[in-house]
Amino acid sequence: MFGFGLLSGLIFLPLVGAAFILLLRGDDEATRNNIRWTALITTLVTFALSLWAWKLFDPSTAAFQLVEERSWLGAGLTYKLGVDGMSMPFVLLTTFLMPFCIGASWVSIEHRVKEYMVCFLVLETLMIGVFSALDLVLFYVFFEGGLIPMFLIIGVWGGKRRIYASFKFFLYTLIGSLLMLLAIMAMYGVAGTTDITVLLKTDFPVSMQKYLWLAFFASFAVKMPMWPVHTWLPDAHVEAPTAGSVILAGILLKMGGYGFIRFSLPMFPDASQYFAPMVWTLSIIAIVYTSLVALVQEDMKKLIAYSSVAHMGFVTMGLFAMNTQGVQGAVFQMVSHGFVSGALFLCVGVVYDRIHTRDIAAYGGLVQRMPLYAFVFMVFTMANVGLPGTSGFVGEFLTLVGAFGANPWVAFFATTGVILSAAYALYLYRRVIFGVLEKPALVGITDLDAREIALFTPLLLLTIYYGVHPGPILDACAASVEHLVRGFDAALAATKTAALALH
Amino acid sequence: MTPISFALAHSLPEVVLAVGALALLMLGVFRARDGRDWIISECAIAVLGLAFLLLFVGTGPKVVVFDGAFIDDAFGRYMKGLALIGSMVTLVLSLDYMRREKIDLFEFPVLVLLATLGMLMLISAQTLMSLYLGLELMSLSLYVIAAFHRDNVRASEAGLKYFALGALSSGMLLYGASLLYGFAGTVSLEGIAAAIHGKPNIGVIFGLVFLLAGLSFKMSVVPFHMWTPDVYEGAPTPVTAFFASAAKMAAVAITVRVVMTAFPGVTDQWRQILIFVSILSMALGAFAAIGQSNIKRLMAYSSIGHMGFALVGLAAGTEQGVQGVLVYLSIYLTMTLGTFAAILSMRVGDVYVEKISDLAGLSRTNAPMAIFLSAMMLSLAGIPPLAGFFAKWYVFNAAIQAHLYPLAVIGVLMSVVACFYYLRIVKVIYFDEPAPGFERASPAVTAVLIVASLLVVGFSFWPGPLDVAAAAAAKSLF
Repeated sequence: MFGFGLLSGLIFLPLVGAAFILLLRGDDEATRNNIRWTALITTLVTFALSLWAWKLFDPSTAAFQLVEERSWLGAGLTYKLGVDGMSMPFVLLTTFLMPFCIGASWVSIEHRVKEYMVCFLVLETLMIGVFSALDLVLFYVFFEGGLIPMFLIIGVWGGKRRIYASFKFFLYTLIGSLLMLLAIMAMYGVAGTTDITVLLKTDFPVSMQKYLWLAFFASFAVKMPMWPVHTWLPDAHVEAPTAGSVILAGILLKMGGYGFIRFSLPMFPDASQYFAPMVWTLSIIAIVYTSLVALVQEDMKKLIAYSSVAHMGFVTMGLFAMNTQGVQGAVFQMVSHGFVSGALFLCVGVVYDRIHTRDIAAYGGLVQRMPLYAFVFMVFTMANVGLPGTSGFVGEFLTLVGAFGANPWVAFFATTGVILSAAYALYLYRRVIFGVLEKPALVGITDLDAREIALFTPLLLLTIYYGVHPGPILDACAASVEHLVRGFDAALAATKTAALALH
Repeated sequence: MTPISFALAHSLPEVVLAVGALALLMLGVFRARDGRDWIISECAIAVLGLAFLLLFVGTGPKVVVFDGAFIDDAFGRYMKGLALIGSMVTLVLSLDYMRREKIDLFEFPVLVLLATLGMLMLISAQTLMSLYLGLELMSLSLYVIAAFHRDNVRASEAGLKYFALGALSSGMLLYGASLLYGFAGTVSLEGIAAAIHGKPNIGVIFGLVFLLAGLSFKMSVVPFHMWTPDVYEGAPTPVTAFFASAAKMAAVAITVRVVMTAFPGVTDQWRQILIFVSILSMALGAFAAIGQSNIKRLMAYSSIGHMGFALVGLAAGTEQGVQGVLVYLSIYLTMTLGTFAAILSMRVGDVYVEKISDLAGLSRTNAPMAIFLSAMMLSLAGIPPLAGFFAKWYVFNAAIQAHLYPLAVIGVLMSVVACFYYLRIVKVIYFDEPAPGFERASPAVTAVLIVASLLVVGFSFWPGPLDVAAAAAAKSLF
């Protein structure tokens, strides 16, 4: 339509919804309901459209598909979109999680519903844009543009320390991103364009690669987040409203990992090889240290936030193992973590909506009043631990296999993290769900209602489904990962030959 | 010797402004009752509009007239367009304000016209003489309108400060110009360029330093920025808008022209100065603004910082860099005018307020204005997808391509610091509990705010035309 393709449609559809919501007048309950329904329908239609895109998508090739290109900003900068096996799962993850965010905010957000829904829809636009941009500057625009709505979401609808958390989130991420921006300019200087498909084929000089890699690392490591620049995440998670946490853990964190796969690994193979031990070290520290930190948390959301950092440690470890299992495992781990951590934050949201505290000590014995909730929470806890049969297992297993292939010691230390994750997750579960129900506030607590059951059912089914049948996601990215790993090996071999030839 | 008609044809906008200013002065003196502005402002806007349209009559890459004193080129036309837009919007913004503050005297639009005439002459100056004439015509008019609210102590103080420091800077500029004349033997910019090749004479370098010092004062960059916060705060708000928009355009334009036309042979020398000035301005603009509670004062520091960013592009010293400066200025002009339109909408009862805390909870008392002003702030901070990001992209890209890595890294770090205080305003608007709501702003002010916001938000959808125009304008300088 109008010369735009399917991906443009996906990107701009939420914006249309947001514009429509902005035009609605009034602040009574009926208007607010209209706003909620408009937002929900918009996200559902976007999801349907992304399913159609998936149907058109051919997973057997590593080439970019659904490509569209228009002139944009003068020399070498184009409005170019396209997806391959590594971005398609994330586009789907984004469109899939959005309706849950809207649903989770249905009753818990009572004031300024209009601005809230507009923020979420704009955020969806920007997130889909990040995963489908094929121009580096366009990618950057989407990547960083996402800060604005998230800043507002945390700051307006957040908890007590929302202002501190929102500023920390914004400035932390911005400083990393701006260094990446300078690297993008330097790459533009070499290649004369910011077209990602061209940059993927450009050979950057090895010495330059290291600086570029570090600049990109500054941005993605903060976004991921990796130890030691993860400190913004617990604050942001704790203060954000439930749906904000879901988006943050489910999708925004994945942008860092996606950035590594899309840019750092294929564009700077020599530098990636050079810095891999550093990334492994940071990943292991992240896995072990943040798991230990999670063990002593008193706040449910903070605990899950730290567990997210640990899980992202597996992702970076798998990515920089630079073999098929590692990279595929990382992609799978990110997608799986997307709905598992999202679901866990929704679980916290359920009890928070009822009791208005996230203190673990305020709960106990919930199983007696909320058997359904106990069951749901159990499944996602197990998935978070990485129990075989849940999607969490597949990702952790593959990344560990990949890491073992690259360096067995890395895999050895990382595996201790799996044990620790079982410890903190089960400890949390015991304190919240089991025990005696003696707190007066909990006596009248009600079990999941129909809306909440509707929210959890798809997530629960998918977690189990991908746990026993991980094929769909792995197949979708297989060709692209294969292409990436082969290109990576070829580049390293070429550098090696060149180095030998010099001697 | 070209016929005078030919010369006039290439300076039509200036001619129109001069004739218009004199005619309106006559009209005011003989017709206005009690010296009040009657339709003089409206007429002045029309004159400026006509001058703007006449810019499009001129074509051709480069024509020098008036015995080499005045150049008509694409670069000049581009910058004149920006200056004229700045003046026009200033007058539009002033209509309601001047009447409410009871300073709606007919001299104001006439002085704005004369200042604008000075700016256009300055932008087109091709010799040091015409440069000085244009600069002084602009500055003298600005001194007067800075103190236009003469019963107000702050405004008088602002005007006096501006005059004293401005005179000092003019002196420095003249001293530099005389040194240059002494060592190069000519006042023509191109003649100076021809006279200095090879190893430049120390006298020329001294002249260059003093010349740039004088121009830095007009651009209000560190270390010649001291007047800015006081004058911005004290002057009537539309006048501040005028200083921040049109006057800056002219000052940066002539700086670009001087260094590119007269000193291409000593790039390394002026580049050092510009890098020094640029880094200091970015740093001061970022850190000093943090503690401000008056939004006009904050905008003063913000403008210092933004001039620092614009000079990053100029320091690159390439055609790409000049294009970057042009794009930067165009976008900065839009953001500044939009922000001042928002500031002029801050009126409680009959009083114009200018504290940042007066904006508290604006999102609940006036949601559209909250969105517009936040867009301006985030754009000033350089956050994509707003226009301010693309402005930064152009200048930093030019710096990176010129291998000025430390400058670029310091620049982006400063922009993170600066981002903090822009975000603080967004925070006040969205997160804080509401302060008393503002009165309804006049339609003209609202229209400016809306147009500026649409441009800032919509730029990323259609950035092509600005890129092309700026590239063509930059090309004409080389």
